Amino acid sequence: MAQTPKNPEKHSTYLPLDKKKSTKAFHKTPMLDQLEAGPWPSFVTGLKRLALNNNMMVDLLGQLEHSYKTRLGYWKGGTVSVFGYGGGIIPRFSEVASMFPESKEFHTIRVQPPAGNHYTTDMLRKLSNSWDKYGSGLIAFHGQTGNIMFIGTTSEKTQTFFDEINDYGWDLGGAGPCVRTGMSCVGAARCEQSCANEQKIHRLLVNDFLDDMHRPALPYKFKFKVSGCPNDCMNSIQRADMAVIGTWRDDMKVDQKEVKTFVKGKGRKYVIDNVINRCPTKALSLNDDDSLAVDNRNCVRCMHCINVMTKALSPGDDKGVTILIGGKRTLKIGDTMGTVVVPFKKLETNEDYEWVKELAHTIIDFWAENGLEHERCGEMIERIGLVNFLEGIGIEVDPNMITHPRTGSYLRMDEWDQEAAKWNERKQAG
Amino acid sequence: MADMRPPIESGCPDPFQYMHPLMIKNFGNWKYHDRPRPGVLHHVAHSGDEIWTVRVGTQRQLGPHELNLICDIIDKFGEGFVRFTIRSNLEIMVSKKDKVDPLIKAFEEAGYPVGGTGPSVTMISHTQGWLHCDIPGTDASGVVKALMDDLHEEFVKEDMPNRVHITTSCCQINCGGQGDIAINIQHTKPPKINHDLVANVCERPSVVARCPVAAIRPAMVNGKPSLEVDEKKCICCGACFPPCPPMQINDPDHSKLAIWVGGKNSNARSKPMFHKLVAAGVPNNPPRWPEANAIVKKILRVYKQDAKDWERVGDWVERIGWPRFFELTELPFTKFHIDNWRGARATLNASTHIRF
Repeated sequence: MAQTPKNPEKHSTYLPLDKKKSTKAFHKTPMLDQLEAGPWPSFVTGLKRLALNNNMMVDLLGQLEHSYKTRLGYWKGGTVSVFGYGGGIIPRFSEVASMFPESKEFHTIRVQPPAGNHYTTDMLRKLSNSWDKYGSGLIAFHGQTGNIMFIGTTSEKTQTFFDEINDYGWDLGGAGPCVRTGMSCVGAARCEQSCANEQKIHRLLVNDFLDDMHRPALPYKFKFKVSGCPNDCMNSIQRADMAVIGTWRDDMKVDQKEVKTFVKGKGRKYVIDNVINRCPTKALSLNDDDSLAVDNRNCVRCMHCINVMTKALSPGDDKGVTILIGGKRTLKIGDTMGTVVVPFKKLETNEDYEWVKELAHTIIDFWAENGLEHERCGEMIERIGLVNFLEGIGIEVDPNMITHPRTGSYLRMDEWDQEAAKWNERKQAG
Repeated sequence: MADMRPPIESGCPDPFQYMHPLMIKNFGNWKYHDRPRPGVLHHVAHSGDEIWTVRVGTQRQLGPHELNLICDIIDKFGEGFVRFTIRSNLEIMVSKKDKVDPLIKAFEEAGYPVGGTGPSVTMISHTQGWLHCDIPGTDASGVVKALMDDLHEEFVKEDMPNRVHITTSCCQINCGGQGDIAINIQHTKPPKINHDLVANVCERPSVVARCPVAAIRPAMVNGKPSLEVDEKKCICCGACFPPCPPMQINDPDHSKLAIWVGGKNSNARSKPMFHKLVAAGVPNNPPRWPEANAIVKKILRVYKQDAKDWERVGDWVERIGWPRFFELTELPFTKFHIDNWRGARATLNASTHIRF
């Protein structure tokens, strides 16, 4: 910040070097010091503030500066857990402990946040106080999997800290080859575009797999993410093994009076350029009287027009979810997006929710049985083909699962007649 | 062991105990929202209730000073309720419009930027880096701090064609995720193997199986069981390093940064997209990574000038085409931009669709 803060003690740059309580002298950190200037709040100033009170953070800063200088990392994993669990802790032992002995152990404790990441200030302070007692004081809200990351403590204090926060309602997340901490958007709590009860689905799924989370024994990680609408704020298609995304199957809702107000306010050109022409399936057109015509049969629920005209347009009433399986990041075969496995499922009754839970169990069981070591669910699907996967989990094929049918002729189709008959039977039954 | 306390397997906590009362009351019954100014969301429920949300950027890693400072502000000017977005922004909800400005003022006076809504450059989603990861090629918090200092203006304003999600990743696993712009480590040399340690530290068959191009094989080196890498085959991805730390992939000079653009998670307009390589060989240059920052800022400048409203970076490039992207950004186009991984053929132009 260019100007001096009005109240320096109540500012992100506050660093009372004269009140240093830690007994170890600070290491010189000329490179990190350069990350204290500038308008964005500085994590380096934060680390230094923690180092005023604790020697572990003094050496942590020393090791970090050493990394900046040598452009190498110096942490190694190991095995640390709490009594009764096999995972949830990210153990870190320093390879340069001889230079920085106080931070030779610097483990992270992964803790599951409430669905939707809601907190009261009282609870944030309580968690912070507990961590200040048993750890470095440093907390990341949140890691990329979605955990609260309590960064930096010793093996011994890992248990004490966990015991304390576990008593007031917090449980460890996943680490290693297991079901991981889930994520869900703010959703129905504050968003008019929500088409699902995100927090309910999130907790229903994750909390039914706690044994698989706390005692890692799967081929690799498995992530659940829940987004309330196709805007997919939880990035679930690309980042979750099982993505549950809210959608609707009846007509979207149009308040024509609000449409006209919007057109009047923004002008016809703006509406045509930014709403009508941006519809991916050309399902919109602007009528002569500035009302909106929607071809709902061809709307793919992309959300764009609803995002632009928040007051005039909204999702329909017949809501449910689309489920995609197999999204993941680069390791090992390259990025994969999730694939539609359930185009639409209504989630209303207990039986509906039970069905989703059962589907998750079926998928994880099939993958646990058939996945190779360190193979994500999406990679297994890539290896065995979608059809084998669907047969394994007992789901019928559906044209919503593909972008287009096969383009090559090289395959055996001996059972074409039976398969065609199955489709006709399903159509008649449905 | 007898007095060890068994864990309470409570799992993911019920959010309602920490939720703003208006959000509980109107759960599933919101009608619409608008943005009265950058950094503020205003939601209106069918009941007529209104809630204002102030979005605040943070350094993500928070200690007691920051948390108490933030909580003091929320208790004094807000209503005691807060949530975090997926990109580590704070969201403070209040039930009255006239609480918004004092809340913003208090955060700004404490050095916390208010913004990150709508068509802005919001907080960079990132990983742990040298601070805590066991396999990082670079830092995460530092890269983000350096870049967000430079992009601060774009965080507090809504001046972009559409929202810009930037991500950083300290290794090629890409934990930072897909981004409109992604800054990721790209190794350029095969791992350096410490053959004295391999036999004791690594489960050799698992390491062999991790390699995406089957370039690793068991070998006896200096009379010890170890692993060797066919360096002609090796793509320097670093997948062998996590299960086998003696196969050091990180290199102070040869671990570079690569820049990718056009990733998108939302289904809005186009289907979700992966980001694509645009620049590589960028030096991993702490503490402020000026070379990477310059490229990111250049791409943002061009995007801001050339893209139309509501086009994400990926949508914009699809409209103008890649030749024009390289022309506008003045980045070199090389043979490395042409994909040869599985599925690569689908990325080639099999048409006469060419812009002249």
